[in-house]
Amino acid sequence: MGNLFQSIRNKFGNEVLGLIVILFLVVVLFSSTNSQFLTAANFNSMSFQLPVLGLLTLAMLAPLLSAGLNLAIIYQANLCGLTLAWVLNMDGGVDASITTFIIGVGASILVGAITGLIMGVVISYIGAHPILVSLAMMIFLRGLGVFLTNGGDISGFPEFMAPIGHGFILGIPIPLIIFFLVAFVWNIVLNSTRHGFSIYMLGSNIEATDFAGVHTKRTLTLIYVFSGVICAIAGILMLTRFNSVRVGHGEALLLVTVLACFLGGVDPFGGFGRVVPVVISLIILQMIASGLNLFGASQHLSTAVWGLSLIAVMMARFIILKYKVFSSDKGG
Amino acid sequence: MDRFIKNYQTEFRLIIVLLCMCSFLTIYTDTFFTLNNFTNLLNNNAVNLIWAFGLLVVLIAGGIDISFAVAASVVQYIAFYVFDYFGGGNWALGFFVSFILGSMLGFINAYLIHYFKIISIVVTISTFNAFFGLLMFFTSGRYIYNLPDWWVDRIIIAERKMANGSWAELTFPVAVMFVVMFATYILINKTSTGRQLYAFGDNPEGARRSGINIALMQFIAFGWMGAMAGIAGLMQVNIVKEVVPMALYGRELEVLAAVVLGGARLGGGRGSVLGCFLGVFIVAITQNGLNLMGVTPYAFKMVIGFIILIAISTSNINFNFKILKSKEI
Repeated sequence: MGNLFQSIRNKFGNEVLGLIVILFLVVVLFSSTNSQFLTAANFNSMSFQLPVLGLLTLAMLAPLLSAGLNLAIIYQANLCGLTLAWVLNMDGGVDASITTFIIGVGASILVGAITGLIMGVVISYIGAHPILVSLAMMIFLRGLGVFLTNGGDISGFPEFMAPIGHGFILGIPIPLIIFFLVAFVWNIVLNSTRHGFSIYMLGSNIEATDFAGVHTKRTLTLIYVFSGVICAIAGILMLTRFNSVRVGHGEALLLVTVLACFLGGVDPFGGFGRVVPVVISLIILQMIASGLNLFGASQHLSTAVWGLSLIAVMMARFIILKYKVFSSDKGG
Repeated sequence: MDRFIKNYQTEFRLIIVLLCMCSFLTIYTDTFFTLNNFTNLLNNNAVNLIWAFGLLVVLIAGGIDISFAVAASVVQYIAFYVFDYFGGGNWALGFFVSFILGSMLGFINAYLIHYFKIISIVVTISTFNAFFGLLMFFTSGRYIYNLPDWWVDRIIIAERKMANGSWAELTFPVAVMFVVMFATYILINKTSTGRQLYAFGDNPEGARRSGINIALMQFIAFGWMGAMAGIAGLMQVNIVKEVVPMALYGRELEVLAAVVLGGARLGGGRGSVLGCFLGVFIVAITQNGLNLMGVTPYAFKMVIGFIILIAISTSNINFNFKILKSKEI
């Protein structure tokens, strides 16, 4: 057992170990107080709910690493879903062909990338603050979506799309596979590529990175483009999960994505944070959400719980860093 | 005049934009340039302006707050029960209670930001959700209609009969708004605390080393914001005559965008009361103009979002089209 701890610590750092302990405690707490928690049905529903939240969190991760923030993710995802729905409806909605679907997916990824590109260019080349730019983008995209749909929802999609939101491959839900695939690629991009390394450097000290010869403006722009692309995948997944698109779907998830990132040890001042701990903290949050749901807690109470736990996580983070509760390294 | 243009570049630019918008609307529609329309604009934006002056102080001190609109709703509910306890209350008690309750909620933000070194956007996103979730949970979303008379009576401070027989009126919240505006102006421009707020916002570490009590600065900024949120909540009830938990939800972003439009900068140290006023009015007149021109309401938010996006993107570009080197990225 000690060896296992040691090897996890060596491989992933202290945070992962701490998070696994929290995960374990959450499972014990909920399974001992509610008999429905440790059932296949509950785990099944969790594994279908996790991917949308997970993808949005990954979209939030890169801007946070660069000491920015992307508040527009939810509406980017909504708009990408709308694009796909629009392309499908051009070809008869329910009767649309697979080719149309592929074109639609391409179009919606393009929309995600373009919205990200606009934000990235404004942030990096003009130097406006990421919070403001993404906030303005959020107001604009929400308005655009409401204008295009008149506040209603669009539904009626071809049959063959259902498995993407509800199907299984080898007993594993397809959304979960998509999520882990994206997380895996994202992990490789951040840890093993030049671009990923530049992101971390840029988050730590942008001036120094610039002087070190990294094209910081391009890197910063690309962060938001990637974030937009991941939003597009999340938007497509949301469309297939709910079988409809409406502007405002998943609004409440914005806070949870920020929470998941900080719980996963991302430094709010940028430069530190990894994919693996963030994925584990996502699983923890999903378990808490499902657990609260099983208890029949009201939706508003869970909103309050999310807010309070974000404060608690940040307080714990401060205390741990200040008094060095766990040994030396900062876990970057 | 030259000095004004030099020192208040943003404000000058905003005045030009505002004049262009107004003249365009005056020519294009025949209802825009009427006393009625202007008094309505003031009446409808009094609450937003009160918030905006509070938020201005927070932005000058280098913070950001998005929890204030929900905090205003919380103050409305608690204040209702406090008035009930005191057997009805009156305006003096009303202002006192909302000022105190509001600043308490602001102090929560300031406490977390200062003592736990959490960045303000994260704190206020959390308190926003905590306040709203708890409010909805405890009130179960219940509306309150049986409010004390003094609270909901419409008080008119100035009125004038128009040629077509309608009345152009200015209501009590507008008067409160001007008082708040003046108080904020005094606080940030005429007191040493105000200068310290600017200094702290511009360079927190420099301010700390020059002996400014930075904890006090955070508490003053967020306390003022909270107090303004409380007073705005009080005024909102006077206008709509009911207490509804979701009524103010979501209005914070519009106010934030308007204040930033008015020249306050995220990262602190910049912003003025005049700019703040102009920023809110540009957003308000845009909406008013779209309305008078018969544009579909579904497009309002899109146009406003687009204008804010353009304004933020161009705010770092100087008059001679040199891109200013920004302090924060």
